[in-house]
Amino acid sequence: MSRELLTGWGRTTPSAAEVLHPKTVAELTQMISLAGKRGIIARGLGRSYGDGAQCGGGLVVDTTDIKGVIQEDWEAGSFKVAAGTSLDNLIRYCLPHGWFLPVTPGTRFITVGGAVASDVHGKNHHKDGTFSRYVNSFTIVTPTSTLLATPDINSDIFWATAGGMGLTGILTEVTLSMIRIETAHMLVDIERTQDLDETMSKMEEGDESYRYSVAWLDCLATGKHLGRGILMRGDHAKSTDMSIGLRKFHSRHQSGKQNADTSLLEFNPTVRLQIPSNIPSGLLNRATVKIFNEIWFQKAPRKLLRKLLPLVSFFYPLDSLGNWNRLYGPAGFIQYQFVVPFGAAGELKKAIELIATSKYAAFLAVLKRFGPSGNGLLSFPMSGWTLALDIPLGAPGLAELLNKLDELIAGCEGRVYLTKDSRLTPELLPVMYPRLSEFKEIVKKTDPQGVFTSDLSRRLDLVSH
Amino acid sequence: MLQAAVAERLEDMKDSFGYPQSVLVLGGSSDIAGATLIELVKQRCRTVVLAGRNRDAMGSLATELHSFGATVVDLVDFDAVDVKTHEQIISNIFTKYKNIDLVLIAFGILGNQNEGEEDPLKAVCVAETNFTGAVSTCLWTVKYFKHQGYGTLVVLSSLAAERVRKNNFIYGATKAGLDGFAQGLGDSLVGSGIKVMIVRPGFVLTKMTKGTKSAPMPVTPDVVARSIVKGLELGKEIVWIPPFMRIVMSLVRHLPRPIFRQIKI
Repeated sequence: MSRELLTGWGRTTPSAAEVLHPKTVAELTQMISLAGKRGIIARGLGRSYGDGAQCGGGLVVDTTDIKGVIQEDWEAGSFKVAAGTSLDNLIRYCLPHGWFLPVTPGTRFITVGGAVASDVHGKNHHKDGTFSRYVNSFTIVTPTSTLLATPDINSDIFWATAGGMGLTGILTEVTLSMIRIETAHMLVDIERTQDLDETMSKMEEGDESYRYSVAWLDCLATGKHLGRGILMRGDHAKSTDMSIGLRKFHSRHQSGKQNADTSLLEFNPTVRLQIPSNIPSGLLNRATVKIFNEIWFQKAPRKLLRKLLPLVSFFYPLDSLGNWNRLYGPAGFIQYQFVVPFGAAGELKKAIELIATSKYAAFLAVLKRFGPSGNGLLSFPMSGWTLALDIPLGAPGLAELLNKLDELIAGCEGRVYLTKDSRLTPELLPVMYPRLSEFKEIVKKTDPQGVFTSDLSRRLDLVSH
Repeated sequence: MLQAAVAERLEDMKDSFGYPQSVLVLGGSSDIAGATLIELVKQRCRTVVLAGRNRDAMGSLATELHSFGATVVDLVDFDAVDVKTHEQIISNIFTKYKNIDLVLIAFGILGNQNEGEEDPLKAVCVAETNFTGAVSTCLWTVKYFKHQGYGTLVVLSSLAAERVRKNNFIYGATKAGLDGFAQGLGDSLVGSGIKVMIVRPGFVLTKMTKGTKSAPMPVTPDVVARSIVKGLELGKEIVWIPPFMRIVMSLVRHLPRPIFRQIKI
């Protein structure tokens, strides 16, 4: 046990806690009984942007030492893994055999347990839904017992845990179904759009014919360029999509034992650059971000069809920059992600306008259309438009702008993503998450003493005892 | 009634802008504290504990804070000079509210320079309040902040602390002592999750300064309050009010003493 200062990936709200590193499930189970009045919460790889995996003054259980595949069914593509296993590990394990994650967020450095607790989504949400849809069962340790939950057995706990931010207990094992792929490449269509209307209408028209779809938006462009962006949409490349030359290239660069097919499934990403820890705050300001956005936009092809991209650069572009969150300096940054129903396109435009005309350096904005919501009580995705953006801290008035956006979003029955949040107020939460009271009732049963607590749950009254 | 409200409303936590949900003010009837609390309640603060001697003033502030949306405003008897009682008072508050996100050290007296020189016991009283009382409350607060793993301590210092003047060296020295103490404390707490923010306002028009001759460019408690809130948002360690006084005071600080003592301020 050691006292450590923890923050989320955005590095904004530090709090100190005793961090525990259990090596076995038995050890982990015992640790829950150590929790005192300040509570306990699990923490994986610390990629949640906000304060969900922190517990000031309490205990934080680092789950990442309990990892690995426990049981596998290569025929069905079903894997039982320790909850501390990272998606990176899982990809490395499964991909050479032609299995890939059914849903992946923009980083593979998260744990499977964290993926369930945040009920993460990916670029394929409009087709495939969230992570929990592919979870067949999990084992969870609550303060009172160890339970197996599936969508049928203990289903209330199952759906409270999917997106439940770790407040129902600590996951130890998760069984999930993977998807079949033939290559480690993506076949991608890239297209530039000149304004928000074009971006949105292109997405509305074309999204259904792609499994994966996302648009990068230049959130600093104003006037007639407001909402211009780059659409990236694609599917997994089949082996027949790979050019003969590429196949030959792969077969030349492999050891003699492997056959040509496994070479198509090669996955060897590298971290190209480690961001040092001494970057000052303010490097990413409105001026530098504006230049970056302009270059990014101009260098994208106007239209490029059927481009073969390695899976790694399609799904995980930022993972090649180690500790990229340090680019924002010690002041840290906020990632703000919200969703509004399709009927509220007006509100979406208003929000983008508010951001674009503000003085803040909104960076790496991503627009996407979500499909229908899943069953997770606090799961974030729901039918509609979602926008995610990074904004550095340190310019006055940002809190006020985000409060205004909260109101706008809650007003049209949209919501803000808790995994990325570090500043929402509790008043709007029941509006954004109408099933919050059901969630609280279930937590009352699984955790009657209120042992599971995080800085997020304190700030948002996520649990009541 | 207060107990019920606490039971149903659980715990509090600051946000990424450093805005608190729960605040304890030591020196609860201070004008600056009142104005600051109103700003914080407008943001997200919902639990306020006012600790001080003047129940009437704190009571009317409580009413005002409720009208701005505070859900709990608790009044606690507290005397900065009575240092033996501090542990119990602060411990009770932290236990009752589980989390106190921010503690504002707002008590202080101006004293009267001439009377202090005549009757040293009166000068001692200023020192005991402004310095000794603050040393005690800051250190007890930090103990409980460490227990909860985070917290922001806001200390009201003064421009007078930056260079002590001959015209009010008793008050100035107590603030200089407090300011230095708070700086060292803040530095020692880096990496602990606890932040110390020092606020150095110029002449503030409050009941404490009423009847004394105003220094140039006086500010109102509202201005101080807004500067404090902005300082929290920007993660400042020292807040100068008005901001340009940072430059002015760095010049003043380096004036040779023979020149400095000639200046009438």
